[in-house]
Amino acid sequence: MKKTLIPTALGLVASLGLTTAALAEIRLGASISATGPAAFLGDPEAKTLEILVEQLNAAGGIGGENIALVLYDDAGDPNKARTFATRLVEDDEVVAIIGGTTTGTSMSILAVAEDAEIPFISLAGAIDIIDPVKRHTFKTPHTDRMACQKIFEHMQNQGFTGIGLISGTDGFGASMQAQCKDVAGDFGITIVADETYDPKDADMTAQLTKIRNAAGVQAVLNPGFGQGPSIVTRNYRQLDIGLPLYQSHGVASDGFIELAGTDAAEGVRLPGTALLVADLLADDDAQKPVVTAYKAAFEGKTGIPVGTFGGYAHDAFLILTDAIARADAAEPAAIRDAIEATTGLAGTTGIYSFTATDHLGLDLSAFRMLEIKDGKWMLAE
Amino acid sequence: MSELLQFLFSGVTVGAVYALVALGFTIIYNASDVVNFAQGEFVMLGGMITWFAHAAGLPLPLAALIAIAATAALGVAMNKLAIEPARGAPVVSLIIITIGASIFIQGAAQLVFDKQIHSFPAFSGDDPIRIGGATILPQSLWVIGGALATFVGLWVFFTRTLLGRAVLATSNNRLAAQLVGINTNFVMTLSFALSAGIGALAGVLATPITLTSYGVGIGFALKGFAGAMLGGMGNPKGALVGGFAIGLIEAMTAGYLSSQYKDAAAFIMILLVLFFMPQGLFGRKSTDRV
Repeated sequence: MKKTLIPTALGLVASLGLTTAALAEIRLGASISATGPAAFLGDPEAKTLEILVEQLNAAGGIGGENIALVLYDDAGDPNKARTFATRLVEDDEVVAIIGGTTTGTSMSILAVAEDAEIPFISLAGAIDIIDPVKRHTFKTPHTDRMACQKIFEHMQNQGFTGIGLISGTDGFGASMQAQCKDVAGDFGITIVADETYDPKDADMTAQLTKIRNAAGVQAVLNPGFGQGPSIVTRNYRQLDIGLPLYQSHGVASDGFIELAGTDAAEGVRLPGTALLVADLLADDDAQKPVVTAYKAAFEGKTGIPVGTFGGYAHDAFLILTDAIARADAAEPAAIRDAIEATTGLAGTTGIYSFTATDHLGLDLSAFRMLEIKDGKWMLAE
Repeated sequence: MSELLQFLFSGVTVGAVYALVALGFTIIYNASDVVNFAQGEFVMLGGMITWFAHAAGLPLPLAALIAIAATAALGVAMNKLAIEPARGAPVVSLIIITIGASIFIQGAAQLVFDKQIHSFPAFSGDDPIRIGGATILPQSLWVIGGALATFVGLWVFFTRTLLGRAVLATSNNRLAAQLVGINTNFVMTLSFALSAGIGALAGVLATPITLTSYGVGIGFALKGFAGAMLGGMGNPKGALVGGFAIGLIEAMTAGYLSSQYKDAAAFIMILLVLFFMPQGLFGRKSTDRV
């Protein structure tokens, strides 16, 4: 009896040690559209998450615990996103979800997350994601409503009173179209022409011709993402419309300039984040250290220039890890409360301060009006 | 007036691409009664391989030729590996096999290339040409010219050369053609190679305007199929007219009705054709001897 007591006791202690080692891992889930029509946006997001998780784990994780990332590719399909979200919650038992590259996929995922009471940080643009506020859903990009407001603010300063609108019929394009129509009056702007195109269309000259021929058009706004806005921009130049063209933050990346062509993209204005003009930031800008660090890490690892979309994923991860570090336990409820208590956290998109009624945490100040000159991003006057 | 002209130009540009796809459908349908739904993927490959070769440093004309040759080879491979082994199966099974091949090619393209959207420079510059208040891109002229040249080339091939007539004979009556000494297997291979090459040509010419990515094949296949159905499946003249017609209908719908329903136009056409005129504009009414 005595002979077996000590080895048994030692064995028990050792096995306890092993079980705690197995528990010392924070499971993070992600459903990103790395392929499909939103691959433009989702691919940098997926790469960013992988790079950041690797970086964090190499630095020792959070409180000694490593992050385990479970990443799924929903290809921009809301049905697949819902399936993956369910799998993350039930099979992979994650404590939080980052994802929903597009508005459509975000709406699917948040339904699952709210039901399972798991915090979800969305990477999509539409205002419906956080308005009305849902307890467990947060988001990092500026809303489409804010984009409209920023753009209209600039247009008002330029003295425009009548504009033409050409929108993609995808979730984001349609949502931003509705928001812009809603806020246009606040800036004294009337929408005199309103056209749409399918995101997969190859030619928008017909719609642009109608806009050009409408009376009183002084500028044109194109809500949308993916290849549509690139083609609109090329057609715009082809038709030689000559009026200022404004795009949404859905195309705030170098890929847009490349596809549209430097010629066609010359003079296009859009609201963008500090990431695109990292070199132009003042040294005392609160965002400069975060932006520069992310830019170096991403471009060093992938060789691709940074874009706002990778930045959204970076900020979501930053918010989450900051919250986990502050939370009492790495449990969904505690993490959710810690996220909601975030104040003054400088990310690449802006400075985040969440409250119980504000799950976006940004205001218009971090949004900068940019203009493309010579294929490069400049601050617009 | 200039508005109508602009819509016309826009319609004729996309219509030319649809016409080339429809021609591809027609050739394979004529040779084997199979509607090859992988036709759209050939267009995608034409554009993607050209981009890939060009980005790797090759001059554009060489990249285009390589793309067309590689896609033609892939068409032949598809015939050898997917269609020929299932020769005895009903036509519906063969059509489903082509759908499977299309999904396979799409998946392979994602892995071999990447998932982003790509383009390459237009052949003769980007400066639009102004005609009567409307503008047309030089690349659009290339596409339209390409479609017409291909059609003329095919017409000469089928009516004036012995090999072309052998292809027509095989499509008319396979057994009789074999009895007369025509190598029907070679004819099938040739049809697939030709059809894939034409699809690739469409992709090469259209990409500077429409951009390309791994998923563009399905859209082209459906619109091209609508064009081929409208013109009469199996009739090359019908394919040309049908393709241009679908393009024009799309542009006019977007211009005069509503841009929301642009895509619906092509599919409503398929429904109307199937309901009222299943043989299309130029097709022969088929009769069965009982």
